[in-house]
Amino acid sequence: MLKKIYSAFIFLLIFQVHAKAQANNTLLKNVQAKLDKVTDYEAEGKMKTNVAFLKLPIAKVKLYFKNPNKFKLRSENGMSFVPKGSMSINLYTIFSNNKFTVIEAGDDKIANTNLKIIKLLPDDDTGDLVLTTLYIDPVNALILKSRTTTKENGTYELQMTYGNYAKYGLPDKILFSFNTKDYKLPKGITFDFDDGSTKKSTAKTNVPKKGEIEIAISKYQINKGISNDVFK
Amino acid sequence: MFTLLQIELHKIYSRPRTYIAFAAITAIVLIFQFAFKYDGQSYMDLMLQNIQDNFEIDKSKAINGYFMCYIILNTLLIQVPILVALVAADTISGEANMGTLRLMLTKPVSRTQLLLVKFLASFIFTVCLLIWMAIIALFLSLLIFGHEDMLVFRVKGEESFILQITKDDIMWRYFAAFGYAAIALTVIVALGMLLSVFAENSIGPIVATVCIVLFFTIVSNMNIPVIDRNVKPYLFTSYLVGWKGFFYIGLDSAEQPIKGSIENWPAIQKSIYILLGHIGFFLSMAIISFRKKDILS
Repeated sequence: MLKKIYSAFIFLLIFQVHAKAQANNTLLKNVQAKLDKVTDYEAEGKMKTNVAFLKLPIAKVKLYFKNPNKFKLRSENGMSFVPKGSMSINLYTIFSNNKFTVIEAGDDKIANTNLKIIKLLPDDDTGDLVLTTLYIDPVNALILKSRTTTKENGTYELQMTYGNYAKYGLPDKILFSFNTKDYKLPKGITFDFDDGSTKKSTAKTNVPKKGEIEIAISKYQINKGISNDVFK
Repeated sequence: MFTLLQIELHKIYSRPRTYIAFAAITAIVLIFQFAFKYDGQSYMDLMLQNIQDNFEIDKSKAINGYFMCYIILNTLLIQVPILVALVAADTISGEANMGTLRLMLTKPVSRTQLLLVKFLASFIFTVCLLIWMAIIALFLSLLIFGHEDMLVFRVKGEESFILQITKDDIMWRYFAAFGYAAIALTVIVALGMLLSVFAENSIGPIVATVCIVLFFTIVSNMNIPVIDRNVKPYLFTSYLVGWKGFFYIGLDSAEQPIKGSIENWPAIQKSIYILLGHIGFFLSMAIISFRKKDILS
Protein backbone atom coordinates (compact mmCIF):
# COMPACT_ATOMS: atom_id res chain seq x y z
CA MET A 1 0.00 0.00 0.00
CA LEU A 2 2.77 2.41 1.06
CA LYS A 3 4.63 1.56 -2.14
CA LYS A 4 1.54 2.49 -4.17
CA ILE A 5 1.14 5.84 -2.36
CA TYR A 6 4.84 6.56 -2.82
CA SER A 7 4.61 5.75 -6.55
CA ALA A 8 1.52 7.93 -6.92
CA PHE A 9 3.31 10.80 -5.13
CA ILE A 10 6.35 10.51 -7.42
CA PHE A 11 4.03 10.36 -10.44
CA LEU A 12 2.17 13.49 -9.28
CA LEU A 13 5.43 15.32 -8.65
CA ILE A 14 6.77 14.46 -12.09
CA PHE A 15 3.43 15.37 -13.62
CA GLN A 16 3.40 18.72 -11.81
CA VAL A 17 6.98 19.53 -12.82
CA HIS A 18 6.22 18.52 -16.38
CA ALA A 19 3.01 20.54 -16.38
CA LYS A 20 4.85 23.60 -15.03
CA ALA A 21 7.56 23.27 -17.67
CA GLN A 22 4.84 22.87 -20.26
CA ALA A 23 3.09 26.03 -18.97
CA ASN A 24 6.35 28.01 -19.06
CA ASN A 25 7.06 26.84 -22.59
CA THR A 26 3.54 27.80 -23.63
CA LEU A 27 3.96 31.24 -22.05
CA LEU A 28 7.25 31.74 -23.90
CA LYS A 29 5.63 30.53 -27.11
CA ASN A 30 2.81 33.05 -26.64
CA VAL A 31 5.34 35.84 -26.16
CA GLN A 32 7.31 34.67 -29.17
CA ALA A 33 4.14 34.36 -31.28
CA LYS A 34 3.36 38.02 -30.53
CA LEU A 35 6.85 39.08 -31.50
CA ASP A 36 6.74 36.92 -34.63
CA LYS A 37 3.96 39.09 -36.03
CA VAL A 38 6.71 41.64 -36.76
CA THR A 39 9.14 40.85 -39.56
CA ASP A 40 10.66 44.34 -39.51
CA TYR A 41 10.11 47.74 -38.00
CA GLU A 42 11.41 51.27 -38.07
CA ALA A 43 10.72 53.46 -35.06
CA GLU A 44 11.41 57.02 -34.00
CA GLY A 45 12.31 57.91 -30.47
CA LYS A 46 14.01 60.25 -28.05
CA MET A 47 16.99 58.92 -26.14
CA LYS A 48 17.99 60.31 -22.76
CA THR A 49 21.39 59.25 -21.40
CA ASN A 50 21.96 59.13 -17.69
CA VAL A 51 25.62 58.31 -17.08
CA ALA A 52 27.63 60.20 -14.44
CA PHE A 53 30.47 61.24 -16.75
CA LEU A 54 28.40 61.93 -19.88
CA LYS A 55 26.47 65.17 -20.14
CA LEU A 56 24.59 64.62 -23.35
CA PRO A 57 21.51 66.31 -24.76
CA ILE A 58 18.38 64.29 -25.49
CA ALA A 59 18.99 62.67 -28.87
CA LYS A 60 16.50 61.94 -31.61
CA VAL A 61 17.05 58.31 -32.55
CA LYS A 62 15.79 55.78 -35.03
CA LEU A 63 15.52 52.10 -34.24
CA TYR A 64 15.59 49.54 -37.02
CA PHE A 65 14.83 45.84 -36.77
CA LYS A 66 14.70 43.07 -39.32
CA ASN A 67 14.02 39.42 -38.65
CA PRO A 68 15.67 37.32 -37.36
CA ASN A 69 18.22 39.40 -35.43
CA LYS A 70 19.25 42.56 -37.25
CA PHE A 71 18.99 45.64 -35.04
CA LYS A 72 20.34 49.17 -35.27
CA LEU A 73 20.01 52.20 -33.02
CA ARG A 74 21.04 55.39 -34.81
CA SER A 75 21.11 59.03 -33.80
CA GLU A 76 19.25 61.33 -36.16
CA ASN A 77 20.67 64.66 -35.06
CA GLY A 78 24.39 64.47 -34.65
CA MET A 79 26.67 62.39 -32.50
CA SER A 80 25.52 59.66 -30.20
CA PHE A 81 26.92 57.40 -27.54
CA VAL A 82 25.16 54.10 -28.15
CA PRO A 83 25.62 51.54 -25.36
CA LYS A 84 27.28 48.37 -26.62
CA GLY A 85 24.65 46.08 -25.13
CA SER A 86 21.88 47.90 -26.96
CA MET A 87 21.33 44.76 -29.06
CA SER A 88 19.49 43.40 -26.06
CA ILE A 89 16.95 46.22 -26.44
CA ASN A 90 15.77 44.02 -29.23
CA LEU A 91 13.77 41.25 -27.51
CA TYR A 92 13.89 39.11 -30.62
CA THR A 93 17.54 38.30 -29.94
CA ILE A 94 16.43 36.46 -26.80
CA PHE A 95 14.47 33.99 -28.87
CA SER A 96 16.71 33.93 -31.94
CA ASN A 97 18.57 31.00 -30.43
CA ASN A 98 16.01 28.46 -29.30
CA LYS A 99 18.56 26.29 -27.54
CA PHE A 100 18.07 27.14 -23.88
CA THR A 101 16.79 25.52 -20.74
CA VAL A 102 13.73 27.16 -19.19
CA ILE A 103 13.68 27.45 -15.40
CA GLU A 104 10.75 28.88 -13.49
CA ALA A 105 11.90 31.28 -10.79
CA GLY A 106 8.68 32.34 -9.09
CA ASP A 107 6.40 35.34 -9.30
CA ASP A 108 6.80 39.09 -8.97
CA LYS A 109 4.75 42.24 -9.29
CA ILE A 110 5.45 45.46 -11.18
CA ALA A 111 2.87 48.26 -10.88
CA ASN A 112 0.07 45.91 -9.79
CA THR A 113 0.75 43.51 -12.64
CA ASN A 114 1.43 39.94 -11.64
CA LEU A 115 4.46 38.56 -13.41
CA LYS A 116 6.04 35.17 -13.98
CA ILE A 117 9.80 35.03 -13.63
CA ILE A 118 11.48 32.73 -16.10
CA LYS A 119 15.18 32.14 -16.42
CA LEU A 120 16.69 31.07 -19.72
CA LEU A 121 19.94 29.18 -19.47
CA PRO A 122 21.70 28.81 -22.83
CA ASP A 123 22.63 25.22 -23.71
CA ASP A 124 25.78 26.47 -25.41
CA ASP A 125 28.14 27.62 -22.66
CA THR A 126 30.82 28.92 -25.04
CA GLY A 127 28.94 32.10 -25.98
CA ASP A 128 28.97 35.48 -24.21
CA LEU A 129 25.48 35.04 -22.79
CA VAL A 130 25.35 33.49 -19.31
CA LEU A 131 21.75 33.93 -18.20
CA THR A 132 18.59 35.79 -19.18
CA THR A 133 15.85 36.45 -16.67
CA LEU A 134 12.46 37.44 -18.03
CA TYR A 135 9.60 39.01 -16.09
CA ILE A 136 6.54 38.16 -18.14
CA ASP A 137 2.96 39.41 -17.85
CA PRO A 138 1.16 36.07 -18.49
CA VAL A 139 -2.21 37.70 -19.24
CA ASN A 140 -0.95 39.89 -22.09
CA ALA A 141 2.09 37.76 -23.00
CA LEU A 142 4.44 40.75 -22.70
CA ILE A 143 7.94 40.94 -21.30
CA LEU A 144 7.97 43.84 -18.82
CA LYS A 145 11.50 43.38 -17.60
CA SER A 146 14.56 41.39 -18.60
CA ARG A 147 17.99 40.98 -17.10
CA THR A 148 20.81 39.65 -19.25
CA THR A 149 24.10 38.59 -17.72
CA THR A 150 27.07 38.28 -20.06
CA LYS A 151 30.63 37.06 -19.59
CA GLU A 152 32.35 40.08 -21.10
CA ASN A 153 30.01 43.05 -20.78
CA GLY A 154 28.41 42.69 -17.37
CA THR A 155 24.70 42.77 -16.73
CA TYR A 156 22.08 44.64 -18.75
CA GLU A 157 18.60 45.31 -17.52
CA LEU A 158 15.61 46.33 -19.58
CA GLN A 159 12.32 47.69 -18.36
CA MET A 160 9.55 48.18 -20.85
CA THR A 161 6.29 50.05 -20.83
CA TYR A 162 3.70 49.13 -23.43
CA GLY A 163 1.01 51.19 -25.11
CA ASN A 164 -0.31 51.40 -28.65
CA TYR A 165 1.85 48.61 -30.05
CA ALA A 166 1.38 46.06 -27.25
CA LYS A 167 -0.35 43.65 -29.66
CA TYR A 168 2.97 43.35 -31.51
CA GLY A 169 4.97 43.08 -28.28
CA LEU A 170 6.64 46.43 -29.03
CA PRO A 171 7.22 48.84 -26.12
CA ASP A 172 6.53 52.60 -26.05
CA LYS A 173 9.23 53.22 -23.52
CA ILE A 174 12.46 51.38 -22.76
CA LEU A 175 14.71 51.87 -19.76
CA PHE A 176 18.06 50.22 -20.40
CA SER A 177 20.48 49.90 -17.45
CA PHE A 178 24.07 48.74 -17.70
CA ASN A 179 27.38 48.74 -15.84
CA THR A 180 29.88 51.48 -16.61
CA LYS A 181 33.52 51.92 -15.73
CA ASP A 182 35.11 54.94 -14.11
CA TYR A 183 36.20 57.76 -16.40
CA LYS A 184 39.19 59.78 -15.30
CA LEU A 185 41.37 62.11 -17.33
CA PRO A 186 44.80 63.09 -15.97
CA LYS A 187 44.76 66.57 -14.44
CA GLY A 188 46.34 69.19 -16.66
CA ILE A 189 45.69 67.38 -19.93
CA THR A 190 42.69 69.55 -20.71
CA PHE A 191 44.08 72.95 -19.48
CA ASP A 192 40.75 73.69 -17.86
CA PHE A 193 39.46 77.07 -16.80
CA ASP A 194 39.13 76.94 -13.03
CA ASP A 195 35.93 78.86 -12.40
CA GLY A 196 36.18 78.35 -8.65
CA SER A 197 33.25 75.94 -8.52
CA THR A 198 35.31 72.77 -8.16
CA LYS A 199 34.15 70.31 -5.57
CA LYS A 200 35.39 66.99 -4.27
CA SER A 201 33.81 63.95 -5.81
CA THR A 202 31.38 62.14 -3.58
CA ALA A 203 31.27 59.05 -5.79
CA LYS A 204 32.86 55.90 -4.40
CA THR A 205 35.38 54.58 -6.90
CA ASN A 206 35.20 50.88 -6.02
CA VAL A 207 31.41 50.62 -6.40
CA PRO A 208 30.29 49.44 -9.85
CA LYS A 209 28.75 52.37 -11.69
CA LYS A 210 25.35 52.15 -13.32
CA GLY A 211 24.32 53.90 -16.47
CA GLU A 212 20.83 54.31 -17.84
CA ILE A 213 19.42 55.00 -21.27
CA GLU A 214 15.76 55.91 -21.59
CA ILE A 215 14.15 55.68 -25.01
CA ALA A 216 10.64 57.03 -25.53
CA ILE A 217 9.38 55.61 -28.81
CA SER A 218 6.76 57.67 -30.58
CA LYS A 219 6.12 56.04 -33.92
CA TYR A 220 6.53 52.51 -35.29
CA GLN A 221 6.33 51.53 -38.92
CA ILE A 222 5.77 47.79 -38.83
CA ASN A 223 6.28 45.28 -41.64
CA LYS A 224 6.93 47.93 -44.31
CA GLY A 225 10.23 46.38 -45.40
CA ILE A 226 13.74 47.63 -44.54
CA SER A 227 16.86 47.51 -46.69
CA ASN A 228 19.82 45.54 -45.33
CA ASP A 229 22.01 48.60 -46.00
CA VAL A 230 20.55 50.27 -42.91
CA PHE A 231 22.32 47.75 -40.68
CA LYS A 232 25.79 48.26 -42.19
CA MET B 1 45.11 110.91 -34.00
CA PHE B 2 43.79 108.76 -36.87
CA THR B 3 46.81 109.68 -39.03
CA LEU B 4 49.06 108.74 -36.15
CA LEU B 5 47.27 105.39 -35.87
CA GLN B 6 47.70 104.79 -39.60
CA ILE B 7 51.42 105.53 -39.29
CA GLU B 8 51.76 103.13 -36.35
CA LEU B 9 49.86 100.39 -38.18
CA HIS B 10 52.05 100.97 -41.23
CA LYS B 11 55.13 100.56 -39.02
CA ILE B 12 53.83 97.30 -37.56
CA TYR B 13 52.82 95.78 -40.88
CA SER B 14 55.98 96.86 -42.72
CA ARG B 15 58.16 94.89 -40.30
CA PRO B 16 58.88 91.28 -41.34
CA ARG B 17 58.78 90.33 -37.63
CA THR B 18 55.04 90.99 -37.61
CA TYR B 19 54.42 88.23 -40.12
CA ILE B 20 56.32 85.68 -38.02
CA ALA B 21 53.21 85.51 -35.83
CA PHE B 22 50.88 84.88 -38.77
CA ALA B 23 53.29 82.32 -40.27
CA ALA B 24 53.76 80.52 -36.95
CA ILE B 25 49.99 80.29 -36.36
CA THR B 26 49.39 79.07 -39.91
CA ALA B 27 52.10 76.41 -39.60
CA ILE B 28 50.85 75.14 -36.23
CA VAL B 29 47.23 75.01 -37.37
CA LEU B 30 48.07 73.23 -40.63
CA ILE B 31 50.20 70.64 -38.79
CA PHE B 32 47.35 70.01 -36.36
CA GLN B 33 44.83 69.65 -39.16
CA PHE B 34 47.11 67.32 -41.10
CA ALA B 35 47.83 65.17 -38.02
CA PHE B 36 44.17 64.89 -37.04
CA LYS B 37 43.06 64.21 -40.59
CA TYR B 38 45.32 61.19 -40.76
CA ASP B 39 45.47 59.99 -37.16
CA GLY B 40 42.87 61.83 -35.11
CA GLN B 41 41.50 58.48 -33.93
CA SER B 42 44.55 57.96 -31.68
CA TYR B 43 43.83 61.22 -29.87
CA MET B 44 40.18 60.27 -29.51
CA ASP B 45 41.18 56.83 -28.19
CA LEU B 46 43.25 58.54 -25.49
CA MET B 47 40.46 60.91 -24.49
CA LEU B 48 37.66 58.35 -24.60
CA GLN B 49 39.66 55.64 -22.80
CA ASN B 50 37.46 52.91 -21.34
CA ILE B 51 34.24 54.63 -22.43
CA GLN B 52 34.73 52.71 -25.63
CA ASP B 53 34.24 49.46 -23.68
CA ASN B 54 30.67 50.48 -22.91
CA PHE B 55 29.68 52.69 -25.82
CA GLU B 56 29.85 52.73 -29.57
CA ILE B 57 31.01 56.17 -30.64
CA ASP B 58 31.44 57.39 -34.17
CA LYS B 59 34.91 58.86 -33.69
CA SER B 60 35.02 60.23 -37.22
CA LYS B 61 32.04 62.43 -36.29
CA ALA B 62 33.67 63.43 -33.01
CA ILE B 63 36.69 64.81 -34.88
CA ASN B 64 34.94 67.66 -36.65
CA GLY B 65 35.71 71.31 -37.43
CA TYR B 66 34.40 72.66 -34.13
CA PHE B 67 36.34 70.11 -32.08
CA MET B 68 39.50 70.79 -34.10
CA CYS B 69 39.27 74.52 -33.47
CA TYR B 70 38.85 73.87 -29.73
CA ILE B 71 41.95 71.66 -29.66
CA ILE B 72 43.95 74.17 -31.70
CA LEU B 73 42.91 77.11 -29.51
CA ASN B 74 43.74 75.04 -26.44
CA THR B 75 47.32 74.81 -27.67
CA LEU B 76 47.66 78.11 -29.48
CA LEU B 77 46.29 80.43 -26.86
CA ILE B 78 49.27 79.49 -24.69
CA GLN B 79 51.70 80.37 -27.47
CA VAL B 80 49.94 83.37 -28.97
CA PRO B 81 50.84 85.66 -26.04
CA ILE B 82 54.48 85.10 -27.00
CA LEU B 83 53.71 86.17 -30.58
CA VAL B 84 51.81 89.22 -29.38
CA ALA B 85 54.77 90.14 -27.14
CA LEU B 86 57.02 90.22 -30.23
CA VAL B 87 55.10 93.25 -31.49
CA ALA B 88 53.82 94.93 -28.32
CA ALA B 89 57.11 94.90 -26.41
CA ASP B 90 58.82 96.50 -29.38
CA THR B 91 56.57 99.56 -29.68
CA ILE B 92 58.53 102.08 -27.56
CA SER B 93 61.87 100.31 -27.15
CA GLY B 94 62.05 99.74 -30.91
CA GLU B 95 61.78 103.48 -31.52
CA ALA B 96 64.37 104.12 -28.80
CA ASN B 97 66.68 101.56 -30.36
CA MET B 98 66.40 103.18 -33.79
CA GLY B 99 66.80 106.65 -32.31
CA THR B 100 63.44 107.88 -33.59
CA LEU B 101 61.66 108.25 -30.28
CA ARG B 102 62.99 111.72 -29.45
CA LEU B 103 62.27 112.86 -33.02
CA MET B 104 58.70 111.62 -32.75
CA LEU B 105 58.11 113.51 -29.55
CA THR B 106 59.14 116.77 -31.17
CA LYS B 107 55.82 116.56 -33.09
CA PRO B 108 52.76 118.22 -31.55
CA VAL B 109 51.54 115.00 -30.00
CA SER B 110 51.45 114.38 -26.28
CA ARG B 111 53.32 111.40 -24.83
CA THR B 112 50.03 109.97 -23.56
CA GLN B 113 48.50 110.24 -27.02
CA LEU B 114 51.50 108.60 -28.61
CA LEU B 115 51.45 105.72 -26.15
CA LEU B 116 47.69 105.23 -26.52
CA VAL B 117 47.99 105.19 -30.31
CA LYS B 118 50.77 102.62 -30.10
CA PHE B 119 48.63 100.59 -27.72
CA LEU B 120 45.67 100.83 -30.10
CA ALA B 121 47.85 99.77 -33.05
CA SER B 122 49.12 96.74 -31.10
CA PHE B 123 45.54 95.92 -30.10
CA ILE B 124 44.47 96.04 -33.77
CA PHE B 125 47.38 93.73 -34.62
CA THR B 126 46.19 91.32 -31.89
CA VAL B 127 42.63 91.39 -33.22
CA CYS B 128 43.92 90.74 -36.77
CA LEU B 129 45.90 87.79 -35.42
CA LEU B 130 42.76 86.40 -33.77
CA ILE B 131 40.70 86.93 -36.94
CA TRP B 132 43.37 85.03 -38.86
CA MET B 133 43.22 82.27 -36.23
CA ALA B 134 39.44 82.15 -36.56
CA ILE B 135 39.72 81.88 -40.34
CA ILE B 136 42.19 79.02 -40.40
CA ALA B 137 41.51 77.24 -37.10
CA LEU B 138 37.72 77.44 -37.25
CA PHE B 139 36.50 78.04 -40.78
CA LEU B 140 39.22 76.05 -42.55
CA SER B 141 38.74 73.20 -40.05
CA LEU B 142 35.00 73.26 -40.71
CA LEU B 143 35.76 73.03 -44.41
CA ILE B 144 38.14 70.09 -43.94
CA PHE B 145 36.44 68.17 -41.13
CA GLY B 146 32.80 69.24 -41.50
CA HIS B 147 30.48 70.37 -38.72
CA GLU B 148 28.97 68.13 -36.08
CA ASP B 149 28.16 68.21 -32.39
CA MET B 150 31.17 69.06 -30.26
CA LEU B 151 32.60 67.09 -27.37
CA VAL B 152 34.28 69.01 -24.58
CA PHE B 153 36.52 66.94 -22.30
CA ARG B 154 36.68 68.46 -18.86
CA VAL B 155 38.27 67.82 -15.49
CA LYS B 156 36.48 69.58 -12.63
CA GLY B 157 37.87 68.92 -9.19
CA GLU B 158 38.25 65.16 -8.99
CA GLU B 159 35.71 64.39 -11.67
CA SER B 160 36.24 63.99 -15.38
CA PHE B 161 33.39 64.22 -17.80
CA ILE B 162 32.38 64.81 -21.36
CA LEU B 163 30.01 67.55 -22.43
CA GLN B 164 28.22 67.40 -25.75
CA ILE B 165 27.20 70.67 -27.39
CA THR B 166 24.88 70.45 -30.37
CA LYS B 167 26.19 71.91 -33.62
CA ASP B 168 23.57 74.68 -33.73
CA ASP B 169 24.72 75.93 -30.34
CA ILE B 170 28.46 76.30 -30.98
CA MET B 171 29.22 79.19 -33.33
CA TRP B 172 28.16 81.96 -30.90
CA ARG B 173 30.40 80.37 -28.28
CA TYR B 174 33.37 80.73 -30.62
CA PHE B 175 32.57 84.39 -31.30
CA ALA B 176 32.37 84.97 -27.55
CA ALA B 177 35.57 82.98 -26.98
CA PHE B 178 37.48 85.00 -29.60
CA GLY B 179 36.15 88.20 -28.03
CA TYR B 180 37.38 87.02 -24.63
CA ALA B 181 40.73 86.03 -26.16
CA ALA B 182 41.07 89.56 -27.56
CA ILE B 183 40.72 90.97 -24.01
CA ALA B 184 43.12 88.35 -22.61
CA LEU B 185 45.78 89.06 -25.22
CA THR B 186 45.40 92.79 -24.70
CA VAL B 187 46.76 92.22 -21.18
CA ILE B 188 49.95 90.92 -22.83
CA VAL B 189 49.96 93.97 -25.12
CA ALA B 190 49.71 96.30 -22.11
CA LEU B 191 52.39 94.37 -20.19
CA GLY B 192 54.71 94.37 -23.21
CA MET B 193 54.24 98.12 -23.63
CA LEU B 194 54.94 98.77 -19.97
CA LEU B 195 58.22 96.85 -20.12
CA SER B 196 59.01 98.49 -23.45
CA VAL B 197 58.90 101.93 -21.84
CA PHE B 198 61.86 101.07 -19.61
CA ALA B 199 64.16 99.66 -22.30
CA GLU B 200 66.37 101.10 -24.99
CA ASN B 201 66.31 97.98 -27.19
CA SER B 202 63.58 95.50 -28.17
CA ILE B 203 65.15 92.25 -27.03
CA GLY B 204 64.93 92.99 -23.31
CA PRO B 205 61.19 93.74 -23.05
CA ILE B 206 60.26 90.98 -25.52
CA VAL B 207 62.22 88.36 -23.56
CA ALA B 208 60.97 89.74 -20.24
CA THR B 209 57.31 89.64 -21.38
CA VAL B 210 57.71 86.12 -22.75
CA CYS B 211 59.41 84.94 -19.54
CA ILE B 212 56.70 86.45 -17.31
CA VAL B 213 53.96 84.87 -19.44
CA LEU B 214 55.73 81.48 -19.53
CA PHE B 215 56.50 81.44 -15.81
CA PHE B 216 52.99 82.49 -14.81
CA THR B 217 51.41 80.04 -17.28
CA ILE B 218 53.46 77.15 -15.88
CA VAL B 219 52.51 78.09 -12.32
CA SER B 220 48.85 78.48 -13.38
CA ASN B 221 48.82 74.92 -14.71
CA MET B 222 50.68 73.20 -11.87
CA ASN B 223 47.60 71.67 -10.21
CA ILE B 224 49.07 71.68 -6.72
CA PRO B 225 46.38 72.46 -4.12
CA VAL B 226 48.46 74.97 -2.14
CA ILE B 227 49.26 76.90 -5.34
CA ASP B 228 45.68 76.54 -6.58
CA ARG B 229 44.40 78.26 -3.46
CA ASN B 230 47.07 80.85 -2.69
CA VAL B 231 48.86 81.77 -5.91
CA LYS B 232 46.68 81.11 -8.95
CA PRO B 233 43.96 83.67 -8.20
CA TYR B 234 46.61 86.41 -8.30
CA LEU B 235 48.14 85.47 -11.66
CA PHE B 236 46.60 87.02 -14.75
CA THR B 237 47.58 83.91 -16.74
CA SER B 238 45.02 81.90 -14.73
CA TYR B 239 42.33 83.92 -16.49
CA LEU B 240 43.75 83.66 -20.03
CA VAL B 241 41.96 80.32 -20.49
CA GLY B 242 38.65 81.82 -19.40
CA TRP B 243 37.42 81.61 -23.02
CA LYS B 244 36.77 77.95 -22.28
CA GLY B 245 34.03 78.97 -19.90
CA PHE B 246 31.85 79.65 -22.95
CA PHE B 247 32.07 75.94 -23.80
CA TYR B 248 31.13 74.74 -20.32
CA ILE B 249 27.45 74.39 -21.09
CA GLY B 250 24.94 74.70 -18.25
CA LEU B 251 23.16 71.55 -17.03
CA ASP B 252 19.63 71.13 -15.76
CA SER B 253 18.65 69.17 -12.65
CA ALA B 254 18.70 65.94 -14.70
CA GLU B 255 22.30 66.73 -15.80
CA GLN B 256 21.16 67.39 -19.38
CA PRO B 257 22.89 70.27 -21.23
CA ILE B 258 20.74 73.37 -21.62
CA LYS B 259 21.03 74.77 -25.13
CA GLY B 260 22.38 78.33 -25.26
CA SER B 261 23.53 78.32 -21.64
CA ILE B 262 26.84 78.82 -19.86
CA GLU B 263 27.56 76.99 -16.64
CA ASN B 264 29.22 79.83 -14.76
CA TRP B 265 28.79 83.23 -16.39
CA PRO B 266 29.67 85.15 -13.17
CA ALA B 267 33.10 83.44 -13.17
CA ILE B 268 33.71 84.53 -16.78
CA GLN B 269 32.49 88.02 -15.96
CA LYS B 270 34.85 88.16 -12.97
CA SER B 271 37.73 87.01 -15.19
CA ILE B 272 36.93 89.71 -17.75
CA TYR B 273 36.95 92.37 -15.02
CA ILE B 274 40.26 91.07 -13.67
CA LEU B 275 41.80 91.13 -17.15
CA LEU B 276 40.43 94.63 -17.83
CA GLY B 277 41.86 95.69 -14.47
CA HIS B 278 45.26 94.38 -15.50
CA ILE B 279 45.05 96.22 -18.81
CA GLY B 280 44.13 99.43 -17.01
CA PHE B 281 46.93 98.97 -14.47
CA PHE B 282 49.68 98.11 -16.96
CA LEU B 283 48.62 100.86 -19.36
CA SER B 284 48.40 103.49 -16.62
CA MET B 285 51.82 102.48 -15.34
CA ALA B 286 53.19 102.66 -18.87
CA ILE B 287 51.69 106.14 -19.41
CA ILE B 288 52.97 107.44 -16.05
CA SER B 289 56.44 106.02 -16.65
CA PHE B 290 56.55 107.24 -20.25
CA ARG B 291 55.50 110.75 -19.26
CA LYS B 292 58.26 110.91 -16.65
CA LYS B 293 60.85 109.20 -18.82
CA ASP B 294 63.99 111.11 -19.67
CA ILE B 295 64.22 110.40 -23.38
CA LEU B 296 67.79 110.44 -24.59
CA SER B 297 67.51 108.44 -27.81
